[in-house]
Amino acid sequence: MSTTTSAPAAPKKSSPGFRERVDNLPKAVKIALWVVFAFFLFLLPLLNIPFITTEGSDFGGVLFTVATYVLVALGLNIVVGYAGLLDLGYVGFYAIGAYTIGVLTSEHAHMSWVVVVPIAIVVAMISGIILGAPTLRVRGDYLAIVTLGFGEIVRLTLVNSEWLGGAQGISDIPKPPGLELFEVPSIDWSSGAPVVDLGTTSTFLKFGINDFVPYYWLALGIIGLVLVFDILVKSSRVGRAWEATREDEDAAELMGVPTFRFKLLAFALGAAIGGLSGALFATKAGFISPDSFQLLLSILFLAAVVVGGAGNRWGVIVGAIVVAYFPERFREFADFRVLVFGLALMLLAIFRPQGLLPPRRTVRAKRADDRQAVLEEGEAHV
Amino acid sequence: MQNLIDNFFAYTITGLTIGAVYALVALGYTLVYGVLRLINFAHSEVFMYGTFAALWVVMLLGGRPGAGVGQVVFWVAMMFVAAMAMSGFIAVLLERVAYRPLRKRNAPPLIALISAIGASFVLAEIMGLRSRITGWVGLDDNLRDYVRNSRNNAGMPTIIAPQPIFTIGGYHVTNVDVFVIVGAIVIMIILDQFVKRSRLGRGIRAVAMDPESAALMGVNRDRVIQVTFLVGGLMAGAAAVFYMLKIGITRYDAGFILGVKAFTAAVLGGIGNLRGALLGGFILGLAENYGSAVVGSQWKDVVAFVLLVLILLFRPTGLLGESLGKARA
Amino acid sequence: MRSTLKFAVPLAVAALALGACGTKGGDTATPAASGGAAACGNYKIGMFGALTGPNANLGIYIQNGVNLALDDYNKKHADCKVTLENYDSQGDPTQAPALAKKAIDDKKVVGIVGPAFSGESKAADPAFNEAGLVTITPSATNPKLAENGWKTFFRALGNDATQGPAAAKYIKDTIKSTKTFVIDDASEYGKGLADIVRQDLGSQVIGNDTIQQKQTDFSASVTKVTSSGADALFFGGYSPEAAPLIKQLRDAGWKGTFVVADGVKDQSFIDNAKDAAEGTIITCPCVPADVAPEFQAAYKAKYNEDPNTYSGEGYDSATILLDGIAAGKDRSSMVDFVKSYDKKGVTKQLKFDAKGESADIKVFAYKVEGGKIVGTGEIK
Repeated sequence: MSTTTSAPAAPKKSSPGFRERVDNLPKAVKIALWVVFAFFLFLLPLLNIPFITTEGSDFGGVLFTVATYVLVALGLNIVVGYAGLLDLGYVGFYAIGAYTIGVLTSEHAHMSWVVVVPIAIVVAMISGIILGAPTLRVRGDYLAIVTLGFGEIVRLTLVNSEWLGGAQGISDIPKPPGLELFEVPSIDWSSGAPVVDLGTTSTFLKFGINDFVPYYWLALGIIGLVLVFDILVKSSRVGRAWEATREDEDAAELMGVPTFRFKLLAFALGAAIGGLSGALFATKAGFISPDSFQLLLSILFLAAVVVGGAGNRWGVIVGAIVVAYFPERFREFADFRVLVFGLALMLLAIFRPQGLLPPRRTVRAKRADDRQAVLEEGEAHV
Repeated sequence: MQNLIDNFFAYTITGLTIGAVYALVALGYTLVYGVLRLINFAHSEVFMYGTFAALWVVMLLGGRPGAGVGQVVFWVAMMFVAAMAMSGFIAVLLERVAYRPLRKRNAPPLIALISAIGASFVLAEIMGLRSRITGWVGLDDNLRDYVRNSRNNAGMPTIIAPQPIFTIGGYHVTNVDVFVIVGAIVIMIILDQFVKRSRLGRGIRAVAMDPESAALMGVNRDRVIQVTFLVGGLMAGAAAVFYMLKIGITRYDAGFILGVKAFTAAVLGGIGNLRGALLGGFILGLAENYGSAVVGSQWKDVVAFVLLVLILLFRPTGLLGESLGKARA
Repeated sequence: MRSTLKFAVPLAVAALALGACGTKGGDTATPAASGGAAACGNYKIGMFGALTGPNANLGIYIQNGVNLALDDYNKKHADCKVTLENYDSQGDPTQAPALAKKAIDDKKVVGIVGPAFSGESKAADPAFNEAGLVTITPSATNPKLAENGWKTFFRALGNDATQGPAAAKYIKDTIKSTKTFVIDDASEYGKGLADIVRQDLGSQVIGNDTIQQKQTDFSASVTKVTSSGADALFFGGYSPEAAPLIKQLRDAGWKGTFVVADGVKDQSFIDNAKDAAEGTIITCPCVPADVAPEFQAAYKAKYNEDPNTYSGEGYDSATILLDGIAAGKDRSSMVDFVKSYDKKGVTKQLKFDAKGESADIKVFAYKVEGGKIVGTGEIK
């Protein structure tokens, strides 16, 4: 990705950026690189790389949290980034996914995890349609407050409904069935150099209480699937319809795009992925309560998407990592974490207004805009 | 339901009092939205700083229950001065630090929301960490009463003891109730006249209607925006005083929920519309109280949001429509 | 091609580096820390709870007590000090499991004071149980926590099931209320407690309401209470909501008795509610501070304020663990040590039953008088 987003008047003199270089690689090398990278990601919690590894909290657990944020951000990106709908209540879908798991595997039934996860996705999707159908007709900013209200309604219903466990929440959510194929050792750095530590291992896909690494692996696998789905949808007719709707709804409608239906579709897909992340969270936590679904979480989710660059799937992944990982990595700031996070958001908004990794189209559009501005006023400032 | 009918006036009057606070805070959202098409997410913190300013000035002046009328009038006047100055200052600062740099860079609207969220965190956390901050500059001992337990509630002495003045339908309306409701309406009328008649008010309306034409007509946009934030801040400051007189207890995160409610009120009445904010605030306050009476206080917020969704379904631009300048296209 | 090389070279180097390094087998004997006496285990105890964020007050009160216990211990054992490791959950059940894992992986940690809240306990205690790391909670009062069969769970105070009936008894026998209104805050603690009180008071409960945490305007609840003609109000919840609630009730002219539980036993309740707090009855399964004057004096000397809610329980919980360390116990033998512990602490006789509940539970009533919380004796 080229990093030359500022200085519009500067001619393109930089050497081909990272993105171009990767694009120019032979296909076989590209695939090999992807495989190596994926392998690296899978091993990350066991490598215990100094500096990256969180000191104050278990790295596997933190990575799992980061992975759920990534999944949430991918889902919310469909709503905010692709379809341009401002959603401040995404945590509602996340909660619905988690509670579907809780209710069907522990509170009121004891169904198998494998069956319940798809149900959670469908329930979240239906709730997305129920919320979206009446409210997507209202314009932009109104949607923000309506969705915010939805998130609160979901949480308050959870708190005040005995059937859903009330404030006590739901505990004893069973672990998913595991496989126990082989053990993966971790790396120990305490002597200064990496040493393979055969004493501390993670069993490949044994979902226990005290080892979060297999849950992280599960989450990574799901992220991979969602990414493939995301790429397919975005490059299809649907993706183009979203783009048209986002840029100019009236024009899109005139050109025969049923904008309402596509917005609803984005909402439903986003909700489904939110529900999936919630289901994953409930699976690992084993215990859920309304406390885990505060309004603040919606705001953090949105921050992840916008910080990374709404509309660019790699960008929102980076954003999710920033939002979920940094507060854990810098635990030593303790009481100042939220303050520092707030400052970081402000600085980022000023210095990277398009997000850390803006969507490619936006970079193009911005350059065109700037060129236009140069033509009109002689210099780009508005 | 029977309870609501029996105590209808009690629920109505107390609902209007809190509604008055919602309405004044909602003005800040509405004004900024009208001019910038931006949800000023950090406006809740502007209000929260006002509540602390009001509290501190009462503590500083040695406010206590049961003082004479002259004394009480002086204290309340000083509360208004302190809270409005503080809130106005924070609002203008917010515009300078969090929004103006973005406007200069022509940032997309979503990123302004992120900046606002960031600013909101920063402002709330500074208040929540105030004991640490005074510790660094070595003022901990002098300011102990003001900063102690900075994550906790901070309470104000009751300087106006609520006294029943008259009774409607079995409810004894107190002096505080009357002061808050009448005070809020008077302030709203002043604001309405200011926006309608003064030069700066015309500027605000012009920018709200069409920023580019306004610029062409010689309106200084930056200045108008600054004034808009200032006015919104002053209103939040006034709301903070009423809030402290009525509730009397604040906290570093007290703004958040109230801000959400006030924003809901603004949307309910038609965002960008001053009279809509007043109407929205009162309706929301009443709906919450009536709802609490019928289905229980725990569903109060649910009632508020369901009402909002219903109104938006039937009147997509809010009760009175969006019109700070005039209705936009 | 050039680009390919650029990518391939670092990878190869990384692979070599990994291949070249040795392996470490068997159980991890943690590398001996340099320095430290030969026989000294360099043990740590953990403090698990909210130390930052909006719920931090309670955690810090507990931590103060724990630190006091550590000071006492380290003064006596200057050659082999025990250190405190903080696990700051912010009271958030979502963060709790990863922190628990961190504590479990640190083999020097021989016991945990906490988790402070019931929600995070549910999220973290299964992990502690599986790892055999003992936890003594000084503040989580949900009765169900002890029902899970966790071997490592101990509670250094009474649970809501002991406090609720005592509060109901006090309302009935001492206040002689005939018309009682009950409000809860929908939290696990507040609702659990209020439900027990409702059940025990039976038909004398003339009205119910539920508020939300962080709510500040209680006008609807106030109208309900005043119009019901109640002569007493029981509130199940915490002090941030109790203070504005009683203030608004008094402003509206309500004259009845306000009864609350240990979640409100906190000087900040009085500081904020001011005169409206006068006469409030607070029940608490905690011994009044004047029962342990040395502790109170030591606390005041160190922190320049009186011991607050659960400071004493924090002190006691830490003392149990420290006594275990002094007796040469390590993580695995600590569970049995705590199970058979029987000594007088600053809050009560410290002894646990088979489920890990405190064996000696007394509930005391306190009254707010002249801006102070004053003990009025045990509720029997």
